Amino acid sequence: MSEPATVFEAEDLARYFDVSRPALQRLLSREPRRILRAVDGISFSIPKGTTLSLVGESGCGKSTVARMAVGLYPPTRGRALFEGVDLDRARAAADQRRRMQMIFQDPYASLNPRWRVRDIVAEPIRAFGLVQGGAARRERVAQLLTQVGLSPLDGTKYPHEFSGGQRQRISIARALSSNPDFLVCDEPTSALDVSVQAQILNLMKGLQRDLGLTYLFISHNLAVVRQISDRIGVMYLGRIVELAPAETVFVSPRHPYTRALMDAIPDLEMIGRRRIPVGGEVPSPINPPSGCHFHPRCPLANDRCRREDPVLKPARGTPQTMVACHAVEEGRDTGPTAVPPLERVGSSPATSA
Amino acid sequence: MTAAPLLEVRNLRVEFPTRRGTLVALHDVSFSIAPGEILGVVGESGAGKSMTGAAIIRLLEPPGRIAGGQILLEGRRIDNLSQDEMRRIRGRRIGAIFQDPLTTLNPLYTVGRQLTETMQTHLDLSNSEARKRAIDWLEMVGIPAAAQRIDSYPHEFSGGMRQRVVIALALCAEPRLVVADEPTTALDVSIQAQVIALLKRLAREKNTSMMLVTHDMGVIAETADRVAVMYAGRVVEIGPVREVVKHPHHPYSIGLMNSIPPLDHRVERLAQIDGAMPRLNAVPPGCPYNPRCPKVFDRCIVERPDLLDAGSTSAACWLYDRAEAPHV
Repeated sequence: MSEPATVFEAEDLARYFDVSRPALQRLLSREPRRILRAVDGISFSIPKGTTLSLVGESGCGKSTVARMAVGLYPPTRGRALFEGVDLDRARAAADQRRRMQMIFQDPYASLNPRWRVRDIVAEPIRAFGLVQGGAARRERVAQLLTQVGLSPLDGTKYPHEFSGGQRQRISIARALSSNPDFLVCDEPTSALDVSVQAQILNLMKGLQRDLGLTYLFISHNLAVVRQISDRIGVMYLGRIVELAPAETVFVSPRHPYTRALMDAIPDLEMIGRRRIPVGGEVPSPINPPSGCHFHPRCPLANDRCRREDPVLKPARGTPQTMVACHAVEEGRDTGPTAVPPLERVGSSPATSA
Repeated sequence: MTAAPLLEVRNLRVEFPTRRGTLVALHDVSFSIAPGEILGVVGESGAGKSMTGAAIIRLLEPPGRIAGGQILLEGRRIDNLSQDEMRRIRGRRIGAIFQDPLTTLNPLYTVGRQLTETMQTHLDLSNSEARKRAIDWLEMVGIPAAAQRIDSYPHEFSGGMRQRVVIALALCAEPRLVVADEPTTALDVSIQAQVIALLKRLAREKNTSMMLVTHDMGVIAETADRVAVMYAGRVVEIGPVREVVKHPHHPYSIGLMNSIPPLDHRVERLAQIDGAMPRLNAVPPGCPYNPRCPKVFDRCIVERPDLLDAGSTSAACWLYDRAEAPHV
């Protein structure tokens, strides 16, 4: 049983997908089953009122974790616990479901184009029977729209009348309408322009402060993640390779993959400079490399890395960081004192005029 | 700029006639690109940056049409050429790279056939020469075992590898100018870094000019020599990359740069630009940015500014008109 302050907990959570060809074809060509290990045994917990972010490249399994966290996918192995109650068992309990909501990446696809905004936002209220009476419900919808920075008059419009950023505000209003405690946000700003992204991130931070929300935040954008997270989990091919407080990940990243990822981000501080990109690509999760999944691209890999799966454990030197790397454990890396990959000059961009 | 520009765009205007009147998608867009120079074009979606690229290679979606202005390639007008003449320029003199590498490649042809076909259309090459060059190109863009992969189909490549093939395809007829529209947006960061490094290297080696359209300021900062910032179909600021990114002058550029989440530190609240870019049918009179601008004054509401000298960059903002000096 987890501590009372923990809102969400993943215990050895795994999800496999069977991507085999149809049985008859498989039989004729004598192929084995093909199993895609989207998420392969990850554990983390999120204390109340905080944000845990999962970052990684496409195919690392971060969105699959998000879906398991709200019960959209049942896990193949392990458990997803909401306030200590197994989601699998709680699936029938409406109260449990009411208290967790999800915000999706694409605000163009996640809102019903034939419904008015007020009906979209009111749907969870109606479904859970939270407010009785039409007048009270309309008032609650107006209040929610105001809360996310829209006008109550926008309720009569349809989604196509709004820009991407405003649609994402509608998605947030809908998610908030059931008074949730836990929001799972799957790339909520990836489809938005940068100035609008700033609006949505500020809104989400404000709502967290005002309503005491707990976030599981999924993103591939490290700069966004740095602004919003308390803790960060870096995922690679279905596993968490590094899990640490947000600032620690940026100041002293330990896993070679985390370092490579930070090196790769194009940055305003890099004007006119050259970088050495990480070689290779993310291998297929159907046939992941043996041992540590990162070893084919890792500069520190040796025989043990090719053979043996590393487990997530406190890093030598920075015990607040959990890292799954043999090189860090054996002290073969440069250690926590090393300057993060690229020394950056200056601090914030653009403040003239 | 000392050398004669390779590409010059003068007062380009693109219109979309609709039943409810004519929408002006590009308004007086002017810029030039020197030989070997990379010009970055940034802005939010709908600002007209892709439209500018499409107008240059004449692949505007109908009913969009060039309604005014001139486009000059090596001093010759290309905006008034027939589609047939334009087809000979596209590929040979101007290459194009688009965002999605899967839809750019023909899924029914091997990558080798697509490369040799492009080269043989524009260059006088025998089959065996073309094939040999295609293998060279695949090697140059970093595809391992190019001699074997040349007979593979696009679906047999990963996203990053496909985008390398697209780059090879755009460059193989050795064009003088490449229009790259969001070439790295569909890729993961580690692959994106590889592709950017590749584009920069090839542009330098071949002395190819490039117009790089993207919404990712980080990509621009690392790749471009000069940057044009677009807003509501207009260029609002243009200048050297370091100046535009670090010391922008137009209030929109300033807001845009400040709203980028910093990677090297955490801020309590990100700077944001309130509101949204106007739709084409509702662009306000005067400066199109005036409803969102923190420094708006009377003149901005009535009169539209052209690009003015703002010191290290040019900005379309009345703050930089000498007559308005007291307002600065």
